[in-house]
Amino acid sequence: MKRYSLNILLVVFAIGLLFAAHFRIIDGYIQIVVMTIGINIMMSTSLNLVNGNMGEFTCGHAAFMCVGAYISSILSVFCFGTKFGEPLLPAASVVIVFPIILLIGGAVAAISSLLVSVPSFKTRDDYLAIISIAVNYMIISAIENMDFVGGSRGFQGMKDTVWAMTDIFDGPWMLFWVINFTVFTVWVIRRFISSTYGKGVNAICQDEVAAEIMSVNTNKIKIINFMVAAGLAGCAGGLYAHMIGYVNPQSFNILKSTEALVMVYLGGMGSLSGAIISAIIFTGLLEVLRSQAIIDGLISPVTFMFPDWEPSAGVIKWVIIPLLLIIVMQFRSEGIMGNRELGDVFPKLKKFYRFK
Amino acid sequence: MMAQTQIQTESTPVLEVRGLTQRFGGLTALNDFNVKLMPGELFGLIGPNGAGKTTVFNLVSGFYQPTEGQILIDGKTTAGLKPHKVTTLGVARTFQNIRLWNDMTVLDNIRVAQHSQLGYGFFHAIARSKHYQAREEQVAKEAEELLDVFDLKRFAEELPKNLPYGTQRKLEIARALSSHPKLLLLDEPAAGLNSADAKDLIRLIRWIHETFDVTIWMIEHHMDVMMELATQIKVIDFGETLAEGNPEQIRNHPAVITAYLGDDVI
Repeated sequence: MKRYSLNILLVVFAIGLLFAAHFRIIDGYIQIVVMTIGINIMMSTSLNLVNGNMGEFTCGHAAFMCVGAYISSILSVFCFGTKFGEPLLPAASVVIVFPIILLIGGAVAAISSLLVSVPSFKTRDDYLAIISIAVNYMIISAIENMDFVGGSRGFQGMKDTVWAMTDIFDGPWMLFWVINFTVFTVWVIRRFISSTYGKGVNAICQDEVAAEIMSVNTNKIKIINFMVAAGLAGCAGGLYAHMIGYVNPQSFNILKSTEALVMVYLGGMGSLSGAIISAIIFTGLLEVLRSQAIIDGLISPVTFMFPDWEPSAGVIKWVIIPLLLIIVMQFRSEGIMGNRELGDVFPKLKKFYRFK
Repeated sequence: MMAQTQIQTESTPVLEVRGLTQRFGGLTALNDFNVKLMPGELFGLIGPNGAGKTTVFNLVSGFYQPTEGQILIDGKTTAGLKPHKVTTLGVARTFQNIRLWNDMTVLDNIRVAQHSQLGYGFFHAIARSKHYQAREEQVAKEAEELLDVFDLKRFAEELPKNLPYGTQRKLEIARALSSHPKLLLLDEPAAGLNSADAKDLIRLIRWIHETFDVTIWMIEHHMDVMMELATQIKVIDFGETLAEGNPEQIRNHPAVITAYLGDDVI
């Protein structure tokens, strides 16, 4: 029972969510928010592999999301869309082919991560940060200059794939895939990190010299770890592209990378559950603070004193969120969870689940 | 034929160092260093601060590539090998300042040190295949056994940083042994220990030497530890070899006395 409790809970939650979406108990807006949370969980947990578990500092994670998004979008338009001519595959195969397309997007993103990892791991520390920003810019401007994917105007046509799925069965398909891939991401990371093989990553973080001397092939483990992180970010990108139905290189710029970084540092370095919790909180916060009514309520003491001042929610949001971040970093600099997992914070929970 | 291989294995030194020289820019940290360690030896290396002792260890463990000279482990050259590859040849070492992985449990410290023997890759780890489970069980079992013989089992789930200093030293040696080395390099194992702990350490090293069938080479400043343990001692200063011999010879060697106490003492 203990062994399966978490899985059962997850499945029940996922089915409940899908049913609610299918029977319109939750509307399209809430679905988009839930999907964004899922994608952000994928981004933050995968970035946490590098920044938290390995202790390196990369700040160009959105670049890999971008690669994944474009590769899977192009593939899905080729296979099911009409933009490049007749679809290559019959529409009925979409349910099987779509996850494969996402995984290919992830695989290409993983390979593209070698652009960062190979040159930077020969040096140390700060160089990775610089190189990762540079690669982020490189990938964005490369795509901006590729005319056949629309350049800076962006690329669309992926909705054909989603519609092909709804033709087979009229349900919340994207939500289904986002839930699956979010669970897949967390599952892969958890299994990797809890194996002795993956613990080499933690060893590198804590003492790289000792790790190398104690027979850990540090360069290889670092590259693999980085590829896993980038690959999962690529999958997240593919989902994002199909959810919106439109991608633009500039939506994967340094701001998106920073968003992922913020989620990791908010959650706590090296804590998987922390990364998940902070992705939920951060995305939720972004959405809640979009409401003008809530912002007005929050700053009512200030507007009461300055009645002429009528700030818009979009502006105040970007005051409140960084402020919250500063407060968290001041009073709890290790993040919400530190480097501990949920089971370490609440030992009693361990009785009820096993997570391997 | 049989007899010939027999003779060969008996006569192959665990470690052979020929003409090892290391220069950092204009500074010659080590000059023409030679040593030959036969299986089962307990070898000592002493010298004043900055003599180049740790440089020798860094060269042998593959951390530096030598400017000149050759290092042969069991007859195989280490030229161009990364440290983790040298470790798989059968060399393990400890550090002058303890370098444990402080945020991993004691058990994990031992387990990760067997990384080169894991024999499974990323996809096995994700799929939790049969092969993975078998290997992981084996690694865990070996780690537990090792902790057991080192009397560290009760600390298995503790973090190393919470252990007393002497226990950390012991754990570091246990971690080094978990990769089944033929040659164990101990870099000042008694540093920072009080005299009671140092006595324990002497017993520990002697016990390891007998139980694990390992050749030990150690650097030490505590002369009593060194004289007690080593069968053969080498003295270096400013990268040059001053003397070599058994403890008794070293104790009375004029060049050694000069290096340690100065010219004008005698």
